[in-house]
Amino acid sequence: MKRNDEVSIVLCGEAGQGIQTVERFLTRVLKFDGFNVFSTKEYMSRVRGGLNSTEIRVSSSSVRAYVDRIDILVTLKKGSLEHLKKRITGDTLILGEKLNVDDGYAFVEMPFTQIAIEVGDKIFSNTVAVSAIAALLGVSLETIEEYLKKFFVKKGVEVVNKNLLAATKGYELGSGLVKSGKMTVNIKRDLSIKDDLIFDGASAIGLGAIAGGCNFISSYPMTPSTGILTFLSEHSKEFGIVAEQAEDEISAINMAIGAWYAGASAMVTTAGGGFALMVEGVSLAGMIESPIVINLGQRPAPATGLPTRTEQGDLLFALYSGHGEFPKIILAPGTLEDAFNLTRKAFYFADKFQVPVFIMSDQYLVDSYYNVKNVDLPKDEPERFIVKTSKEYRRYSLTENGISPRGIPGFGDGLVDVDSDEHDESGHITEDLDLRVKMVDKRLKKFDSIRSEIVPPEFIGSKNYETLIVGWGSTYPIIKEAVESLGDKKLAFLSPKELYPFHPDVKKYLEKAKKRIIIENNATAQFAKLVKVETGFDFDQKILKYNGLPFSVEEIVSELKKLAGE
Amino acid sequence: MDKKVFDMGPVDIAWCPGCGDYGILNAVKQALAELEIPPEKLVMVSGIGQAAKLPHYLKSNFFNGLHGRSIPPATGIKVSNPDLVVIAESGDGDVYGEGGNHFLHAIRRNPDITVIVHDNMVYGLTKGQASPTSREGFKTPVQVEGVILEPFNPLAVAIADGATFVARASITDIPGTVKILKQAIQHKGFSLVDLFQPCVTFNKFNTYQWFKDNTYYLEDSYDPHDRVEAFKRAIEDEKFPLGVFYVEDGRKTFEERTPAYEENKVALYRRDLNLKMLADLVNSMRES
Repeated sequence: MKRNDEVSIVLCGEAGQGIQTVERFLTRVLKFDGFNVFSTKEYMSRVRGGLNSTEIRVSSSSVRAYVDRIDILVTLKKGSLEHLKKRITGDTLILGEKLNVDDGYAFVEMPFTQIAIEVGDKIFSNTVAVSAIAALLGVSLETIEEYLKKFFVKKGVEVVNKNLLAATKGYELGSGLVKSGKMTVNIKRDLSIKDDLIFDGASAIGLGAIAGGCNFISSYPMTPSTGILTFLSEHSKEFGIVAEQAEDEISAINMAIGAWYAGASAMVTTAGGGFALMVEGVSLAGMIESPIVINLGQRPAPATGLPTRTEQGDLLFALYSGHGEFPKIILAPGTLEDAFNLTRKAFYFADKFQVPVFIMSDQYLVDSYYNVKNVDLPKDEPERFIVKTSKEYRRYSLTENGISPRGIPGFGDGLVDVDSDEHDESGHITEDLDLRVKMVDKRLKKFDSIRSEIVPPEFIGSKNYETLIVGWGSTYPIIKEAVESLGDKKLAFLSPKELYPFHPDVKKYLEKAKKRIIIENNATAQFAKLVKVETGFDFDQKILKYNGLPFSVEEIVSELKKLAGE
Repeated sequence: MDKKVFDMGPVDIAWCPGCGDYGILNAVKQALAELEIPPEKLVMVSGIGQAAKLPHYLKSNFFNGLHGRSIPPATGIKVSNPDLVVIAESGDGDVYGEGGNHFLHAIRRNPDITVIVHDNMVYGLTKGQASPTSREGFKTPVQVEGVILEPFNPLAVAIADGATFVARASITDIPGTVKILKQAIQHKGFSLVDLFQPCVTFNKFNTYQWFKDNTYYLEDSYDPHDRVEAFKRAIEDEKFPLGVFYVEDGRKTFEERTPAYEENKVALYRRDLNLKMLADLVNSMRES
């Protein structure tokens, strides 16, 4: 096998074998050695056993999307090859120990465990394996050693030394394979990559939350959103974040809304099933005009669905969540930078407009890593929109734009009264039906101000396009790579990131297209339905996927070619 | 402090004439006044139901949220700004039924909030169905042959769950109720006051007279620091004891134990984001 510029490696084994450690190790040493790296995983809903796989793409240029192609497959467990058989071709180099290889597959024996035992314990087999793979890709042994020293420093000299020995042996194994000519990889290094950031979507959302001023998170653990709760909990002390695991999602959102009322900047993180329980809280936020930031990590449903897999199936659920009519904002990050920026902005939007703001993430986004140059760090304190109250303060004073200055209890001489019943300007329960109409209008009027701050959708391609592809959220980098690889001057791609309310440009782009194609990771083209409602436009063709896996670049390329009649 | 500071002036009160809620409103105002708690420092949190309307008739900051959800926002408020005095109050259906799970877990958290439950053993606002505390055999338009469920025992549950202050009062004795409410508000930690009140419209069984006849105060010699004894007294149900059943002093509160307050005691809204620390955290992701 010979590869220039780019290699795709897949590691497959059972839960509990340490694939995540291998993933972390490998992606880091690759980055430190000057390679662009992307990784994502698919895994089963279990703690031990089963078959999980992680894909790592290594490239001379930036890579941010999942591909089906497997150049190197490392099997750590029998059954892996059958699990991945649809993606294995004659060009796939299979590496592993004989006992982990399914019958009928040609492979190269890699005695990871045997070497590890020689070093002292089979626990070192992951270090052996990573070092062997790194050697295949041309990573220097020094980089591996440096990483191991740092990673195991707390475990003592003995552990460090054993791992260094395991690394040397693994490295020899990989180098031997290169010398034998069984595979040649030639990826250009860019040493500046060494200083890039590397993190996953969950961390990007967590960091964005902190940058946005988040100092309160209450949630109930649920895949794929637990990582955000974990991230903020880990940093709760240093950043002064109240991080509480609530008894259920109903409590989580009601607590968070209480926190906003008392002046905190709060978020909740959940998946569709947990969000179902939070829905009454969304409506409460609508009525009492409370800010709330909701990370909705989507996964295949209905009900428990496929807990650890990915889907974009909750867009309309979020949009229509909460009984009654009130404004909300929906943000859909496509990249890690988006996840950071949009989560940060979610706090700004929520605080300024006193509405629920959604971040529509999914398993694929939160579990994907890659290197990025930088994130846009705040230079100033997050802008707050709370006012000091006076004796005359009224929480729901009727204003021109519908936004009433938000006071908090204990800050000023006024009283801050909020009520889930329809209320008057002072927040007291009312059955004055004329006032009811005024209050509904006041709340809905905020849409105009919100709309004026929504940024235009992202557009990729030539201005003279004929076919316009539309996609949203985590499919963005996959569709982008597919469209760019096709190099078709008549093809363009549109992706709104501040998704709702709609920016007027969405309609303009649709208008210009001769043919419109929607691509969504769901079964019913939910965004297409919303586009129809908002702009009147239908899509001519749909590319939908809902088996629980993300789209691959190849899949989109081939579907687009099919639709183009090639 | 004069309890008039809590008066709302002329408001249209939605309670039935003769309702026990009037007495509770009075007792709460009296307790707050005696404790010198100014309306600006107080947050009344309630759910939904006739009881939950009380904050509308008591001048203060208030958060009148959703049915069953008085305790979660009260917890969120207290832990976001520990300088506020936070009282959650609602009915028996709200706190023990719809909000039962929050009741159980808030007790475990032990935030410094006071939970006052108007316990009239019936649903008022939905017109007379059974509540979690309705007595067995109580007939309603839904429980047509009488309630067949065992009544919920909030005191026993709270004591078993580790609540740090557990009391029962009856609005048939306002001065006695004021005294209990004051202790509950002053207690540092989660305080429960289950407050007997008659529903004059929908509960013709548990009337003023019934509460008078079926309650008595714990003896002066009673020691509320004995948890087992407290539990024994809490499960008495021939006649219902009133008073402070159980107190645990000195347990740290939720807000005191939350890592965000370990080094910094200031309310969250008064804090700044440490931009340098954020930059350092982001930059650490270049190396790890």
